[in-house]
Amino acid sequence: MKMTLNAGDQIPELRVTPDKYLPHRYAGASGDFNPIHIDDEFAKAVGLPRNILHGLYSMGLVAKANAALADGDPRALKRLSVQMRGMGVPEQEIVVTGTVKSAEGGRVVVDTVATQGETALIKNAEAELEL
Amino acid sequence: MALKTDAVGKEWPGSTYQVGREKIKEYANALGIDNPVHHDVEAARAAGFRDVVAPPMFAVVYSSPAVAPAILDPEVELNFAAMVHGGQAFEWDEPACSGDEITTSTKCLSIEEKDGKGFYVFETNSVNQDGGQVARGTWTLIVRGV
Repeated sequence: MKMTLNAGDQIPELRVTPDKYLPHRYAGASGDFNPIHIDDEFAKAVGLPRNILHGLYSMGLVAKANAALADGDPRALKRLSVQMRGMGVPEQEIVVTGTVKSAEGGRVVVDTVATQGETALIKNAEAELEL
Repeated sequence: MALKTDAVGKEWPGSTYQVGREKIKEYANALGIDNPVHHDVEAARAAGFRDVVAPPMFAVVYSSPAVAPAILDPEVELNFAAMVHGGQAFEWDEPACSGDEITTSTKCLSIEEKDGKGFYVFETNSVNQDGGQVARGTWTLIVRGV
């Protein structure tokens, strides 16, 4: 059942803890094998705390949290625009939250953020859905 | 040193990606997306799709191969080693389904310097085998220390 949404409503929170091997699976799925994501030693050698998550994986979680408003119907999400800021790491919980900015005539715009601990991974994300 | 902006407006020819069921499933599994329309052809058809349908953000899978030649083009002169992916946007039209052949072309929209960083913005346009608009992407790549 699709939800009735109004401006100011919170969307259901999405909480995901990517496991140690998630970056490897996402690399395989996406084709992005940049070693900073899949090689802990390489990541540390270039000054990162450890191997980091793909920014587009975090964006994928934001898309998933928004698609949930339409029961996961892949036709509902019409637009998604994000800024990727902090670095995400495996084995720590990511929380995706969102607030409905406007809801008119079946067009819903949601402001979304994805955070991990104190770090904002995805900022200023705006999703537009047709519900 | 001024940033080289000669490549603004440059376009790169389309690269074609064939969408497959197993690749969609692999992507959906990595994101923990369990809607059966991404995993099972019968469920997808029952929901009105011609075949297993991709989640929207699968757009990165079929459009990234078209962005790589632009980023690596010597005329763009983008320092890949100092690059971070700073922003991304997609607009979606027709859903991408298994069996689709999606052709993506890339254009350099802007190259600008802000606070000692280079902002390189590329646009991708993806169409399917019927000429249907599938997705348009805006890729913002930030290079430190330009």
